[in-house]
Amino acid sequence: MQRRTILKGAALGLALASGPALAQEDTMTIGVAIPSATHGFMGGLNYHAQASIERLEETYPQLDFVLATAGDAGTMVNDIEDMVATRGIDALVVLPFESEPLTGPVQSVKEQGIWVTVVDRGLSVEGIEDLYVAGDNPGFGRVAGEYFAETLSEGDNIVVLRGIPTTLDNERVEAFQAAIEGSGINVLDMQHGNWNRDDAFNVMQDFLSKYEDIDAVWAADDDMAIGALEAISQAGRNEEMWVVGGAGMKQIIKRMMEGDPMLPVNVTYPPAQIATAIELTALGLVSPTPVSGRFIIGSQIITQENAEQFYFPDSPF
Amino acid sequence: MTDTTAAPQATSRRRSLPLHVLGPVLALIALIVLGAMLNSNFLSYANVTNVLARSAFIGIIAVGMTFVITGGGIDLSVGSMAAFIAGVMIMAMNALIPTLGIGVPLVLAGMGVALLTGLAAGMLNGFLIAKVRIEAFIVTLGAMGVYRSLTTWLADGGTLSLDFDARTFYRPVYYDGILGIAWPIIVFALVAILGELAMRKTPFGRHCASLGANEQVAKYSAVKVDRVRMGTYVLLGVLVGVATIMYVPRLGSASGSTGVLWELEAIAAVIIGGTLLKGGFGRVWGTVIGVLILSLIDNILNLASIVSPYLNGTIQGVIVILAVVLQRQGKSAE
Repeated sequence: MQRRTILKGAALGLALASGPALAQEDTMTIGVAIPSATHGFMGGLNYHAQASIERLEETYPQLDFVLATAGDAGTMVNDIEDMVATRGIDALVVLPFESEPLTGPVQSVKEQGIWVTVVDRGLSVEGIEDLYVAGDNPGFGRVAGEYFAETLSEGDNIVVLRGIPTTLDNERVEAFQAAIEGSGINVLDMQHGNWNRDDAFNVMQDFLSKYEDIDAVWAADDDMAIGALEAISQAGRNEEMWVVGGAGMKQIIKRMMEGDPMLPVNVTYPPAQIATAIELTALGLVSPTPVSGRFIIGSQIITQENAEQFYFPDSPF
Repeated sequence: MTDTTAAPQATSRRRSLPLHVLGPVLALIALIVLGAMLNSNFLSYANVTNVLARSAFIGIIAVGMTFVITGGGIDLSVGSMAAFIAGVMIMAMNALIPTLGIGVPLVLAGMGVALLTGLAAGMLNGFLIAKVRIEAFIVTLGAMGVYRSLTTWLADGGTLSLDFDARTFYRPVYYDGILGIAWPIIVFALVAILGELAMRKTPFGRHCASLGANEQVAKYSAVKVDRVRMGTYVLLGVLVGVATIMYVPRLGSASGSTGVLWELEAIAAVIIGGTLLKGGFGRVWGTVIGVLILSLIDNILNLASIVSPYLNGTIQGVIVILAVVLQRQGKSAE
């Protein structure tokens, strides 16, 4: 926590320093508060946030942006307070680090008449935000589950790697279980790989020692899929099972384009959703285009045939 | 046997030696028995290899940490440092492919970069602590933040991946071995044996202990205090480099989430093994036991799935504390 606070200070300092020294009278400022790039998905999200800010600053000279990345909920609250107090933001785009602690502060931002866009993780009180942009978590689990139910037959065995214990992870897993219900697929085991390659590698190694017969793995995230694939190939059991990750990491998509038999499909959960949120917020500020409401980005299934559309070689994710 | 390193406490230690020393060993044996009872594959060749190879990273680092803690210091930066070294090593190897091609020279160059980066990082920590005299806790806490964010920055917030062909060539360094013993296990064993010898038989080991026990006394006993203290951090830095050399071929990638909390695991392993957190006494073989206890807990929880995975952290915490309680009870008999 301490460490992250220091880092955030530097990040905020940079964000402030990079803003123009003399703002024009009619300039409008959009504050963007997101979690820092601690893992692949958030790295992608940070990349897309920065890319869309650059693009928008060029398109709309009258718009200014403040980007702050935070390593914990408390820091994010400080960031938001600073943006309101020192930068006089006209709109806030926030991906709440956690729902509960951010609800109060974001509500008070809203009460000051500032436009609020909430991304991905909802607040715990409804109706605060003007615009809600999110990926579809239950859909993420459901689409993967439907593929398992269609492809596997009764009595086949699977193992599941879960993420960091959170509501988001629960929603995905519950939807996955609902989708495979009645298909006769046995879920041998579920353990937390924490959306981390090394953790997933260790958990998968242990699954492989424990179970003689595994037909498929739902890794639920591409970082975890990479760890799991490595453990499977170490055990020499490549022929036995396939792996479904998620979120469309470029390395995985590339292997799918090349037709890797261990990676039949992937499910999207685009980190670029932050770009959707920032673009829509900007559009609402500079034009009379109505952008309030809810924008849920569907989770799509990626196959070898359409993988190319989901391949972004320049993104870090 | 360890009396030379802590002469003033020799008599009391000798009396309490059995219980004090046996605590962690008993905990390890209990875990092995428990694991064997819960799952028949626990003692299989594959599982034993997995657990030992996995322990190697933390283990190699923890051996270095034993010297730092024995000398009365602490290093919180090793996890981030490992991530940073892995990042630098991967970038260097990718950049050298056009010049060196894919082969032994490339891998050796990568290893050299890792060791040099570790050496430099260790020297920097050691310099700030021993020469500039800033608290070790503060220097290494700062370094922890610096290396972690530098790694994220190098990776542009994503993951640094080793070129696919280079990775395929390098991969056997983690997965293969000689006589069926994987390389990480061999390296870990060598580091542990050399560390144990250095701690017990060399002036450096004795000086670490006397420095940690009482710096003034050590100084008056003609121990070059600054040099010894610096030496412990440099040694640890190099060992972090060695651990990274074994880590990179495993997944061929590094990111901001590489090596998170390794520092705490390494410190915990050192303390479980019987080294005093306040310095003055260190036991390298105890550290090895500590590392094995920590990895076995994870392994057993995964193999057994007897409790909710939400509670894994609780069980780990309780076992770690119990292992140390066993050890301290022996000591309180003094």
